Amino acid sequence: MKRMMAAAAAVLTLAAAGCGDTGGKRDGGGGAKTLTVFAAASLTESFTALGRSFEGTHPGVKVRFNFGGSSALAQQITQGAPADVFAAASPATMKTVTDGGAASGQPQVFAKNRLVIAVPPQDPGKVAKLADLARPGLKVVLCAEQVPCGAAAEKALAAAGVRVKPASQEQDVKAVLTKVRLGEADAGLVYRTDAKAAAAQVKGIEFAESAKAVNDYPIAALAKAPQPALARQFVGLVLSGQGRTALTGAGFESP
Amino acid sequence: MTTRDADRPPGRPPWILVLPALTGLVFLVLPLAGLLVRAPWSTLGTRLAEPQVLEALRLSLVSATLATVLCLLFGVPLAWVLARVRLPGMRLVRALVTVPLVLPPVVGGVALLLALGRRGLAGRWLEAAFGISLPFTTAGVVLAETFVAMPFLVISVEGALRAADLRLEEAAATLGASRWTIFRRVTLPLVAPGVAAGAVLCWARALGEFGATITFAGNFPGRTQTMPLAVYLALETDPQAAIVLSLVLLAVSVVVLAALRDRWTGAS
Repeated sequence: MKRMMAAAAAVLTLAAAGCGDTGGKRDGGGGAKTLTVFAAASLTESFTALGRSFEGTHPGVKVRFNFGGSSALAQQITQGAPADVFAAASPATMKTVTDGGAASGQPQVFAKNRLVIAVPPQDPGKVAKLADLARPGLKVVLCAEQVPCGAAAEKALAAAGVRVKPASQEQDVKAVLTKVRLGEADAGLVYRTDAKAAAAQVKGIEFAESAKAVNDYPIAALAKAPQPALARQFVGLVLSGQGRTALTGAGFESP
Repeated sequence: MTTRDADRPPGRPPWILVLPALTGLVFLVLPLAGLLVRAPWSTLGTRLAEPQVLEALRLSLVSATLATVLCLLFGVPLAWVLARVRLPGMRLVRALVTVPLVLPPVVGGVALLLALGRRGLAGRWLEAAFGISLPFTTAGVVLAETFVAMPFLVISVEGALRAADLRLEEAAATLGASRWTIFRRVTLPLVAPGVAAGAVLCWARALGEFGATITFAGNFPGRTQTMPLAVYLALETDPQAAIVLSLVLLAVSVVVLAALRDRWTGAS
C-alpha cells in the first residue's frame, strides 16, 4: 500500500512539475521550465501581472500560480506539494512553513494590507465609521477568527473597543465581499485591496483603527523548490521597485 | 444433482468483475483509512466534549432531518408527476430537477441568494411582506440542504414509480378508488423501499452539505455552523481537530444509516 501511494505521489509530482528537470543548466534559456508560485488569494491581480513580466524577461519560463487561502496553501506545502515560492497573507501561516523546515532562508515582508469597511454602493446601513458596526439591526459579516482576515478584524475591533455581533463568520475575505456585493450584508470588514478590486460594486471606508491590525505579507523561496534559481529571482522581482509599484497599484502598502 | 442456494449463481465469481470491484472498494476506503491513521486518538475525548462540537453536531442532525422531511413533502409528489403525468416538455422538467446535481454547490448557494436573499427575486418580496429574511438563519441552512439533496430523492422515487406494476393501480381504479386513494393506498406502499432509499441518500447528502450552506446561510456557531463548516474552519488552524470532527460526522452517519437500512429497507 505504501509503495502504491509513493508511486501515485511520484506521478502527481511529475505531472505538476511538468518537465521541470529538463534543461537544468540552461538558466532562462530555450528549455521549457515552469516556476510554481503559491500565493495568498489577495495577491491574484498583482502577482498575475508580475508573473507575466517575469515570463517576458525569462524566455522559455512559464510561471504557474496557485492562489488560495494562505493556511490551505501552507498545508499543501508542508504535505509536499511541489512549489518554488510561497507568498502568505500573514506571518503566522508562513511560520507553519518555516517551522516545518520547508522554506529556504528567512521569509521577507514585501507588502502590508489593512482592513476597510466594505458597504454596498448606496450604503443602506448608513455606515460611516467603525463604531457604526455595533448598531443593532445592522447586518455585519466578518471573516471567521481562524482565517487571517478574521484575526485582523478581531484585533481592530478590540483596539477600537467596538463590539460587533456578526450575522456570519465567513470562510474567507472573498466570501465577505460577496455578501456585501449582493446586498445581503450591510457592511463587512475586508482588505483594502479587495475593496479596490471590487470598486464598482462596493464602497470601501477607511478607518483609523485599521492601523492596529496591519497584515504583513511574507514571501520565501522554498527548500524543495524544483527551480531554486528561478525561485530566488522571482522573490527578487517581488521585492524590487517594479514589484512595489504593482503591489501599491493594487492597494497594498509598502513595508 | 442437488440444487444449490437459489439466490447464488453457480461457479466462482469471475475475476473480471471481482478485480475492479476490489479496486473500487480500496479507492473508496483508503482515504477513510488515512483519516483513522492520522486521528489524534489520545485527545479524542477532550476534543469531543467541547460545546462547539456538540452544538455543530446537533445543528447538523436537526437541519439534515428537516431538509429530508421537506424533500419528502415536495419531492415525492414531484417524482409522481414526472413518472405519471404525460405532457409535452416533461423531459425538460426532469432535466431541470436534476440541475442541483451538476451545479457546484457554491454556485447553488449564490443562486439561492439571488432568489431568496434580501435583494433576491422572491426574497425581496418575502422581506417586504412578512419581514422574513432567510440568509444567515437556521432556516436558510435547511433550505440550502433541501435544494442540494432533493434531486436524490426525486430520482430514486421516480425510478421506483416507473418500475412499479401499473396493473395494481388500474385494478384499484376499476374498483372505484379515487386517484388520491390509489396514490395513498396502492402506489405509495408499492414504492416504499424506493422512497426509503431516496430519503436515506437525501439525508446523507444534506448532512455533508458544505458549499451551498456556507454561501447562502453563512457561518455562525449555534445558528448556521453545521459540522462540515466547522471541519472546514478547523482545517485552517488545527487540522487534528478537523480530523476529529470529520470522524464524529462519519461515525454518526454510519450508525444512523446502518440502523435505518435495517429497519426501512431490510426486506429489499
